[in-house]
Amino acid sequence: MRPLAFAATCLSCLLVSMQPASAQLAGEPYIHDPSTVTLSDGKYYTFGTGRGGLVSEDGWTWHAGGERPGGGVAPDVIKIGDRYYVAYAVGGGGLNGGHASLVKVMWTKSLDPKSPDFGYHDVGVVASSDGTEDCDAIDPAFLLADGHLWLSYGTYFGYIRIVELDPKTGERIAGNKPVDVAIDMEATELLYRDGWYYLLGTHGTCCDGPNSSYNIKVGRSRSITGPYVDAMGVPLLKGGGKLVVAARDRGFGPGHFGLIDLGDGMEKFSMHYEADMDRSARSVLAIQPLLWRDGWPIAGDNIKAGTYEIQSERSGAALELAVDFVRMEVNRRGGFFGPPTGPVAPVAMQTLAQDSAAWPKDRIEVDLADYMIRPHQQWAITPMPNAGGYFGSPYFKILIAGTDRALTATADGQVVTVPAFTGSDEQLWRIDQLTDGTYRITPKASSGKATPLALVAIGASTPALVKFDPNSDAGRWTFKALSVDR
Amino acid sequence: MRLRKSANVISIAFLALCAMPAFAAETVQVDDRALLPFFTAVASRTKGPDSDGFLQRWLLLEPIVKPNRSNAGFTPTYVREALTTQYFPGQFTVVPHDGKVANASEPLHWHALDSSLFDVKLFNFAKALQKPTYGVIFWAVTVVYSPRDVPDVRLAVGSNSASMWWVNGKEAAGLFGDRRMVMDDVVSPPLTLHKGKNVIRGAVINGPGLSDFCVRFVGPDGQPVRDLSIDIS
Repeated sequence: MRPLAFAATCLSCLLVSMQPASAQLAGEPYIHDPSTVTLSDGKYYTFGTGRGGLVSEDGWTWHAGGERPGGGVAPDVIKIGDRYYVAYAVGGGGLNGGHASLVKVMWTKSLDPKSPDFGYHDVGVVASSDGTEDCDAIDPAFLLADGHLWLSYGTYFGYIRIVELDPKTGERIAGNKPVDVAIDMEATELLYRDGWYYLLGTHGTCCDGPNSSYNIKVGRSRSITGPYVDAMGVPLLKGGGKLVVAARDRGFGPGHFGLIDLGDGMEKFSMHYEADMDRSARSVLAIQPLLWRDGWPIAGDNIKAGTYEIQSERSGAALELAVDFVRMEVNRRGGFFGPPTGPVAPVAMQTLAQDSAAWPKDRIEVDLADYMIRPHQQWAITPMPNAGGYFGSPYFKILIAGTDRALTATADGQVVTVPAFTGSDEQLWRIDQLTDGTYRITPKASSGKATPLALVAIGASTPALVKFDPNSDAGRWTFKALSVDR
Repeated sequence: MRLRKSANVISIAFLALCAMPAFAAETVQVDDRALLPFFTAVASRTKGPDSDGFLQRWLLLEPIVKPNRSNAGFTPTYVREALTTQYFPGQFTVVPHDGKVANASEPLHWHALDSSLFDVKLFNFAKALQKPTYGVIFWAVTVVYSPRDVPDVRLAVGSNSASMWWVNGKEAAGLFGDRRMVMDDVVSPPLTLHKGKNVIRGAVINGPGLSDFCVRFVGPDGQPVRDLSIDIS
């Protein structure tokens, strides 16, 4: 772990404590080919190749759990009405050299084995490959769009195909024929957004730990049956694809995309890394924000430990302590423009000690102001891995860099700082990247409430905790890195 | 899978193949279902590129066995060594003809075929001939005729898995690593297509999985060169 300086502007910045900066999910998130994360009975479930899966109460800490009969590879799950449909493949995948496979569907009214509604009912085979044709019917993925239920499937052995199912029964629509839509990908996923169908698939090499070159690419089409093309216009039937996510941080081989739509302009996606180098290079579940840029999905970033300016999208102003501005005195002999009278020399930035000399010792309000690269505008963001979390990230503490002064939510919807971090829920913050790349900041103390509160610029210079409006810039924040831990 | 002897094959392609002396005395089992969707017989003397400029008429050599349990080892050094090793006489110089035998460690036949798709499905080619499909090297040769000298064109190649390509005897492109089929994956430096005959030669190496390639020429504007005639008669 080492600091990576991004700006020379912050001579007074101190590195935050050496926490795991790129922490992946907590618990034991070991899985390969995770299905779309699905909420059932208050818990989140995902199933992988094999019989079992993972379960989580908050999207952050995952444990082995869930039951999925049938075995086989790479299932997917979708909830329609009161049923959870599960598609999975038996055979194929080149296992033992074979490519004959059956995609089967079953349903249950609960994914929680302890629920009285739990119990799988077999629907039957909805797609297949005979081992000779140029298709290997594995890796099924559902999409429900405009009342139609679609299923994509296939792997590197030939074509990716799409069939239509009956959303009332999960059965194949009578007479429906498979349509070839792509080559040389596997673990596909279909999305529908703004009149476009998106076909995401995993390229590269599977199942070789840190040597796996798995990465996720996408093409789109106005029609569910294609033609799907990438941003360069290259058909996915000719190997095209625009990158969504590749290896990053200490994770190799991202594959098997699954959308997690959390609403309010916040989308995330699940995947597995073929190798998490912090977990003995094993295959693990991972969750990242999903951004949309120019009509294309791309992986975002969970916030990392580091020191940041927190900039309001509403005004461009920086979140800061509402303290007296301390001038920086420099030698202005001979004027401030034109060359200096003596040797040219760098000038030290204002130090924390200089800035903080007159700060109140107890509670200090926060406001928004022009960013002046002052210590009272620089925030150390540190993950708190033992304080729980949410999709893809633990909660964070937010301190004035170099101090223990903590950003704190108050009971009356204000946001202030107090001299010391206590670890209370009012001082733990959820930082979610939104689909436009900005972030939403919400206190843990607000989570689970009927109307969760978020940090919002209710005025150009006034932040407060109010309901988040996804259609406004007021609740959107940009983190400008001054230094980031790696 | 229906396996037949060549004399019974309905496939026009293999009727043509069987007519060649090299095949006449042999029993060749063919899975026509594996071949017909992807190849047809060469039924005309010349053929142009398809609408996207892809060259679909090739002489394909039956696969040379070269065991590789994984495609992950296809480093540039390994591939270059594997594909510049001489396996049969005239490997880098001869323009073969349909039915010609290459005397590798075992006799291997050249097959003149038209690909039905933009890509040439090598796996299906080998499978249809009941030849090894994994752990192999495929050699491919075609000849394009240009009506004029065309400078500053580039050879654009996609292959599964790694491959090397030569134009008129000069190395033009190398695709290394565990490659997937992506059109225009690797594009050569500018080269000149001569007026008249130009020989394109390629070799594709594959461990497990499907194998194919696609080749076209693109001009300085990135658009395909279509004013060509392919003749491997």
